[in-house]
Amino acid sequence: MNQPPYISGSTSVSVIMLKVLLALVPGIVAYVWIFGSGVLVSLLLASVTALVSEAVMLRLRNRPIMPFLMDGSALVTAWLLALALPPLAPWWLIVVGTLFAIVIAKQLYGGLGYNPFNPAMIGYAVLLISFPAIMTQWPAPLALAHAQLGFMDQVHYIFGRMLPDGVGLDAISSATPLDYLKTQLKLQHGVAEIWQAPVFGTLGGKGGEIVVGAYLLGGLYLLQQRIISWHVPTAFLLALAAMSAIFHLIDPVHYAGATFHLFSGASMLCAFFIATDPISGPTTPKGKLVFAAGIGILTWLIRTYGGYPDGVAFAVLLMNICVPLIDAYTQPRVFGHEK
Amino acid sequence: MISKLFKFHGGVHPPENKLESTSEPIRSFPIPPRLVLPLRQHVGNLPKIRVQAGDHVLKGQLLAEAEGSVSAAVHAPTSGVIVSIEEQPIPHPSGLPDVCILLQPDGEDRWLERKTIDWRHADRRMLVASLRDSGVVGMGGAAFPTQIKLRPSGESGIHVLIINGAECEPYITCDDMLMRERADEIVKGIEVVQYLLGAERCIVGIEDNKPYAASSMREACSRSATAIEVEVVPTLYPSGDARRLIHLLTGIEVPSDKRSTDVGVQVFNVATVMAVYRYFEHGEPAISRIVTVAGNVRNPGNFEVPFGTPIDNLLEAAGGVLPDTNDLIMGGPMMGFSLPSPQVSVTKATNCIIAGAPKMFPEPPPAMPCIRCARCADACPANLQPQELYWFSKSDNFEKARDYHLFDCIECGCCSYVCPSHIPLVQYYRYAKSEILVADKAKQAADLARERNEFRLARIEREKQERAAKHAQKAAGAKTETAGDDDAKKAAIAAAMERARAQKAEVAPQNTTDLPPAVQNEIAEIDARRAEATQEKQES
Ligand code: SF4
Ligand code: SF4
Repeated sequence: MNQPPYISGSTSVSVIMLKVLLALVPGIVAYVWIFGSGVLVSLLLASVTALVSEAVMLRLRNRPIMPFLMDGSALVTAWLLALALPPLAPWWLIVVGTLFAIVIAKQLYGGLGYNPFNPAMIGYAVLLISFPAIMTQWPAPLALAHAQLGFMDQVHYIFGRMLPDGVGLDAISSATPLDYLKTQLKLQHGVAEIWQAPVFGTLGGKGGEIVVGAYLLGGLYLLQQRIISWHVPTAFLLALAAMSAIFHLIDPVHYAGATFHLFSGASMLCAFFIATDPISGPTTPKGKLVFAAGIGILTWLIRTYGGYPDGVAFAVLLMNICVPLIDAYTQPRVFGHEK
Repeated sequence: MISKLFKFHGGVHPPENKLESTSEPIRSFPIPPRLVLPLRQHVGNLPKIRVQAGDHVLKGQLLAEAEGSVSAAVHAPTSGVIVSIEEQPIPHPSGLPDVCILLQPDGEDRWLERKTIDWRHADRRMLVASLRDSGVVGMGGAAFPTQIKLRPSGESGIHVLIINGAECEPYITCDDMLMRERADEIVKGIEVVQYLLGAERCIVGIEDNKPYAASSMREACSRSATAIEVEVVPTLYPSGDARRLIHLLTGIEVPSDKRSTDVGVQVFNVATVMAVYRYFEHGEPAISRIVTVAGNVRNPGNFEVPFGTPIDNLLEAAGGVLPDTNDLIMGGPMMGFSLPSPQVSVTKATNCIIAGAPKMFPEPPPAMPCIRCARCADACPANLQPQELYWFSKSDNFEKARDYHLFDCIECGCCSYVCPSHIPLVQYYRYAKSEILVADKAKQAADLARERNEFRLARIEREKQERAAKHAQKAAGAKTETAGDDDAKKAAIAAAMERARAQKAEVAPQNTTDLPPAVQNEIAEIDARRAEATQEKQES
């Protein structure tokens, strides 16, 4: 016998996760177009690793396997991680990162719904700390690269670190715009001058800005589908923009402007896909604003003053720690109660 | 007259499914061969039985009389013979049987002589008191005795009377049909109730999915000498919840720890005010009501049903259930409950019977963990954080659940309705609430026992002291010379006795066991008021 309410107007966790994956597709297409199809290999590697490790862990924890494999959350984690890593990262880096995300950050904390930290960002942070050199080695967008790698060349590189004869690492890689900006600023160049370098495009990094735009598109789809609410993207982007704009206004020589920060690095991915993870984020509307604004500010701080070029992962993890506190202090007024 | 509406937080839009039961006018059907009248069709004390097996009774005759302050009378819905008085299953979520009067109709449907009351020229107090014998209770489903809601309350009195015609639950259309067909009687009922309460303003709230009801109510109100506002509110479940409706129509948020009457507002369902009117104007006590029969039946619709009619007979009148029926729900699909059997009968609280089938109400998929998506919080009309309440209830962290205002939850089911993890959230809240209430009761009992024990110890001590005192007195009589020594002792004894008395005085008022009946009644009344407060919250 059923219990009230007898009817349900909800989707399911699987549908939500599926829509998130769908919303990532424009970004992936743009990615392939700009950086080549090697990213598809990373996505596949991460997906398989995530599903297998999730199944094994569920088995070890004596949980039903199928319902949890089908919920799609492992795939979302895998895709986010794969998209956050450098496109031609070696295969083991992807596997290790995914294992960390799924086994440690998710399953050991109790599986779906229980992880206090964003699993993909844990995976990313662990890799960044352990393998900083590889993690900051980004291939140049195809349009800028001195040598073009075909799909098979990219596969060879991912699995064997082998490049075709006559092609050096320099020919295919370049500093990311965030990285480039940082090192050039250290060399006492001004922002306007640095901006003349070929790695920069109209809004952010050349090529990269197109991928970022595609993420934005996917994010708008998630908003329209009500998979995410407006609070997190808006607060994150506004905070990041405000920080960069204010400092750029005060000292335009040493601080890049708002557009650059919004359209570089993982900003858009974070705004719509990473910071919006419900499980490791706060639940109250006000809490979401505080949380996302915190990530925005921290991201800017780490990018500007920290040791790493992009700050999204650490910013998210730091704010994850604050979630219980944020939730506790942002409880909305209950009907019929004073504040 | 368009005045401002005040939106409440949350709410959901379940499919309405109201068309199928509104295609035909309200129907009636032959009186069934047997009526089973539960004594408890209302909230409050069990009424006192006034008949015995074998008695012949007339339609409208009093079968059981209201007992204590919160109680409602039960009348014979038709003439016939009392077959027996025994325990029978009743329509209650608990599925437990309760005392019922079994009546075998004689087919004549002969009325007792009806005494009408000229309410326009009678004393209000007297009118309200006379409602005690009317058997009228809240017909919106809460079944709270109406005469209590009409008693003068609060210092400031009632200023706004709200008539609930929102009927926000899917499938249910009994109020809709009543407003369409009997608007004039409802409006007369409103006039009576408004007069009894002395309310300056009256607003009828109707959801905008009932345009016919709204226009027929508007017409009827325009014929009335009193100014009654008819307000159409957006269709949004649970706008029919009393507190939500009050807020919607007046902007007043009834404080959580108060009743609506404390802020000068009282709410009645459309069918209830009509029943009040029929009692005064025609001398007819509450013996029947309109019930929607919907869902998996051949011929859904609304029926005028005598109380005590077995659900079986009612379903038959609706053409019978279709073969794949696997559930019978009383109330709506959001807050209703499954009936223990089709043999239970229609009571004053029965607004709707839905025959359910797997295709209508599929088994929910297995619950997944909460993903903290906060969809439930967005949907909660009380602006609670259902995901936190769920977490606290699940981990038996009841104190926290209470801190997060578990008792403001109206069990509307909006949260469960939207939860993508299909967690039966309302069941967790019910569990937590009942656990807390049980614990509170146990604590009260323990406190009482402790106090009694302390009292007993104090008494023993006092008696010992008194004996010692007597002893000392005797001794003092014998040896008068050593009085100085004894004075100190006496003072000590007197102090001890004083202490004991003080202790006794402190304990006594809370000791409710051997109190005179008057005091016990008072306590019962307080309990009843408390019950009323919680009940009113649930009225929708
Ligand atoms: S809707 Fe369900 S899954 Fe989402 S926060 Fe509420 S309880 Fe958790
Ligand atoms: S059942 Fe309770 S917690 Fe859930 S939506 Fe209704 S009032 Fe809120």
